[in-house]
Amino acid sequence: MQFAADINIMPIKEILDPQGKAVKLGLHNLGIDQVDDVRIGKHITIRLEAADAEAAEEKVKIACEKLLANLIMEEFSFEVHPVQ
Amino acid sequence: MKFGVVVFPGSNCDDDTVFALQHNLGQEVVKLWHKDHDLQGCDFVILPGGFSYGDYLRTGAIARFSPLMNEVIEHANRGGYVMGICNGFQILVEAGLLPGVLLRNLSQKYVCKNIHLLPQSKAASLTSSLESRAYTIPIAHGDGRYFTDADGLKKLNDNDQVLFRYCDADGNISDEANPNGSLDSIAGIANAGFNVFGMMPHPERASDEALGNADGRIILEQLVGVLV
Amino acid sequence: MKSEINDGNAIPTVETARKLGVLPEEFARIEEILGRTPNFTELSIFSVMWSEHCSYKNSIVWLKTLPRDSDRMLAKAGEENAGLVDIGDGLACSFKIESHNHPSALEPYQGAATGVGGINRDIFTMGARPIAQLNSLRFGNPELAKTKWLVRGVVKGIGDYGNAFGIPTVGGEVFFDECYNTNPLVNAFSAGIVEVGKVAKATSYGVGNPVYIVGSATGKDGIHGATFASEDISDKSNEKLPAVQVGDPFMEKLLLEATLEIIATGHVIGIQDMGAAGIICSTSEMSAKGEHGMVIDLDKVPTRQTNMHGWEILLSESQERMLVVVQKGKEDIIQGIFDKWDLHCVQIGEVVPAGPDDAGRLHFYQHGELIADVPAHDLVLGGGAPQYHREYREPAYYQKFKEFDIDKISDVSTEDIVKVARHLLSHPNIASKRWIYEQYDSMVGTANRSTNRPSDAAVVRIRDVSRPDYKKGIAMTVDCNSRYVNADPFIGAQIAVSEAARNLTCTGAEPLAVTNNLNFGNPYVPEVYWQFVQAVKGMGAACEKFGTPVTGGNVSFYNQSSDDGPVFPTPTIGMIGLMEDPAHQMTLDFKATDDLIYLVGAPKNDIASSEYLYSYRKVKESPAPAFDMEEEYTLHQAVKQLIVKNLVQSVHDVSDGGLFVALAESAMPRGLGFQIASDTNFRTDAYLFGEAQGRVLVSVKPAQQGEFQKYLGGDQKIPHALLGTVTAQDFVVDQEVVIGTSEARGLYDNSLGKIMG
Repeated sequence: MQFAADINIMPIKEILDPQGKAVKLGLHNLGIDQVDDVRIGKHITIRLEAADAEAAEEKVKIACEKLLANLIMEEFSFEVHPVQ
Repeated sequence: MKFGVVVFPGSNCDDDTVFALQHNLGQEVVKLWHKDHDLQGCDFVILPGGFSYGDYLRTGAIARFSPLMNEVIEHANRGGYVMGICNGFQILVEAGLLPGVLLRNLSQKYVCKNIHLLPQSKAASLTSSLESRAYTIPIAHGDGRYFTDADGLKKLNDNDQVLFRYCDADGNISDEANPNGSLDSIAGIANAGFNVFGMMPHPERASDEALGNADGRIILEQLVGVLV
Repeated sequence: MKSEINDGNAIPTVETARKLGVLPEEFARIEEILGRTPNFTELSIFSVMWSEHCSYKNSIVWLKTLPRDSDRMLAKAGEENAGLVDIGDGLACSFKIESHNHPSALEPYQGAATGVGGINRDIFTMGARPIAQLNSLRFGNPELAKTKWLVRGVVKGIGDYGNAFGIPTVGGEVFFDECYNTNPLVNAFSAGIVEVGKVAKATSYGVGNPVYIVGSATGKDGIHGATFASEDISDKSNEKLPAVQVGDPFMEKLLLEATLEIIATGHVIGIQDMGAAGIICSTSEMSAKGEHGMVIDLDKVPTRQTNMHGWEILLSESQERMLVVVQKGKEDIIQGIFDKWDLHCVQIGEVVPAGPDDAGRLHFYQHGELIADVPAHDLVLGGGAPQYHREYREPAYYQKFKEFDIDKISDVSTEDIVKVARHLLSHPNIASKRWIYEQYDSMVGTANRSTNRPSDAAVVRIRDVSRPDYKKGIAMTVDCNSRYVNADPFIGAQIAVSEAARNLTCTGAEPLAVTNNLNFGNPYVPEVYWQFVQAVKGMGAACEKFGTPVTGGNVSFYNQSSDDGPVFPTPTIGMIGLMEDPAHQMTLDFKATDDLIYLVGAPKNDIASSEYLYSYRKVKESPAPAFDMEEEYTLHQAVKQLIVKNLVQSVHDVSDGGLFVALAESAMPRGLGFQIASDTNFRTDAYLFGEAQGRVLVSVKPAQQGEFQKYLGGDQKIPHALLGTVTAQDFVVDQEVVIGTSEARGLYDNSLGKIMG
């Protein structure tokens, strides 16, 4: 069965996010100065074959832990759904 | 002729550009602070290389909204001369003053080395008087892969807006001599009005005999010629 | 003795102290200093200030034996954030090297990046604008996936940080050996230029002067030791502690510009980077130096997280922060400059007088309560911080290595020469590091005089708009063959200094001074400490001989390999030299066919510790290569004169890979070749591939042969031998083509890239 996974990877909130900080400054330059906190991560979509949803989730979890995210500084969340 | 070099937070080739124009070319140059709203009567505005706002989000994307950019855009729309080098080129593209986009290098790596450039446009004052030979100029960028859609490319070619293409030491344009995967080996372009220029390579880094290469000075000298 | 100052934690015991890395006798000493038991915050303060990192307690007694003075020294080792050398014309060069080994082992990208950030802050907080950076890297077996991950991450980290910061990376060294498989070494060097008399100091005085914290907000970065120890006595927070600190080169660039601007106002009393141990380190070191106290309100410190403990704020190692003490009444001027650069700048306290019985105390308040009261002087190196003489013992391997007998190794045959040549030219320790250095911006600043002129050391001009025709430049190099140091730490360290001086000399510069980065294993292991002691002794002797005092540097202990043994002892030498006249900048590339090739210095029947013996013959146990400091010194003086008298077309030192590799490196830049004859008085392998020290390869115009020989042979009596000539193509030894020039270039240029992918 074919599944699609939507994965979000974010810098863990305890860690400095220089990119978010600079973007906040840019938003203020634009006049959007009510912005308080900006944090920037990655969105990754993958398609994969798996026997069932549980197996697909397991594969995606391993992909996140081993490669897609660096757990020392990033955390991830994902949703898996079947593709017709 | 008065040059203005815009200093954004994170610009790091501003002093190099000022030094080359002032010392190597003997021109009047002022630095323009990005938060101001005054071009100080400059005839030619240069956006220098560097990492404005840390290159965060997308290169040039945040600097494009710096206060002084309003005046720079007005200046360009009035026909005033503007040139972007490296990060400056990226800012001009984000600001819509030049067409296309600069993508991550094909190698996915930052690259700094001497490359060769072949002048192209006979319509642009920047290149029309340059010899047709390979100029040795340094590049230093992570996002220098020029891209535009098929229509855009056709327009650039039809209007003779391509300023430079990457080439080898003998002036041959080839994939091997293309250091970042730029579309059609494009290293620099002009706008349709030929008053806004952008290029990834750094002529100001090759403008002083003390560094053993002055090919870049010949390119910068063309800027001085444009208004005469 | 009960603590009178409540910080909300249970009163620490010797057991708490042990968990914080404080020895029982140190705990007793703290009680004596305070006249009471420290509270947890105070104990944490002592634990970091008395750590090896801040106090050099296990190394300082030996570091003090190094030569530290010369006519040109403006700040001696330990006096300022970095060493300061007078280069004439009212200018001084500030330079230093520092390690970030352990952070890089954990997270190579951020570890290396923050290392680059830290060393540059040391330079610009002195008021010096950095002009160039170098780095010295050691990795494990390059074929291992883990090594590749480390190399890619470290190189990208150095590049992304240094490139955005906008200071060129102009040189460095990279060395691979299995001993670094788990513990890479990442040493970063920076040099800057400052006007004499405008140097900012790391000090604090003037009662009532405001104390500012500037730059990034403070988070819970780098406080693991204290956190671990505190777990059983304070309520445990559920927040995950970041194991890695994130560098922000954009912030650093703004800090650089703002810092140089505020120093130029003349209203700064003192300024210091917050590196290791953060606020507590800068407040105590600056106060101790200025012999004043400080009152600090920790509630005023901008934090990245809520509910931080006082000790967390004090110890945090968050990056891109500085402490600044400003003249009272000038606050608006300083604040205006930081506002211009969009930087946080917050007054957190003020300078107070020293007490009758002390040289200045630090009072830290949080939530209106005094949570720590400590005397600054007792916290710092040179003050009350402990200094230990550690036990040391000669390791068994040392004598065993010396038993190496060259006669038990067969010499190379003619066919072997081709194989060895190919092996060496493509070996990652010798092949071009192009794959690495092209990821660094080496040209920003338009000051790198070596971009178009290959040489043994990098040369950077001092570029100044106010005097655009200024000629002087700084030459710089980092060197250490740690295999030699492992074989014999005393001789190996002397060789490291000599090689650095030789590289500068071969470039036409005058060696001036040294910064060192001493990377060793666990100092509590006597055999490791012996390596340390021997290396310091060797370094001291060589620095004395070459007139290059040690201006400072960094010690990194606890560098371990995977088998729990130490890494090779690696005392990296960073050396700067003065390029008085750029007309005398010498290059290493052969210039024209028919030029004569000479070896200057005596060949030896020696292959010990060579790359050839170690990785081709796979003999790992041999002593350091032949080295004679007097010969070496005499050679350098002769090379200097050859350059000044314009008698040589190229100069290249013979080092890793021996004479053959030196010849290849001189021939390849212009696509030339060479034909030479070997000397039958020596083994062929020793002659071509041996790494005996004290040798330099030069090329000479045929028309100048007489003058050249007269100079070396006549007055100087320097051994020299005509090897052959420069040719248009092919590397020819004893009439046999060893390899073609273009094939050699292919191997040399691309081997490392092929491994790294």
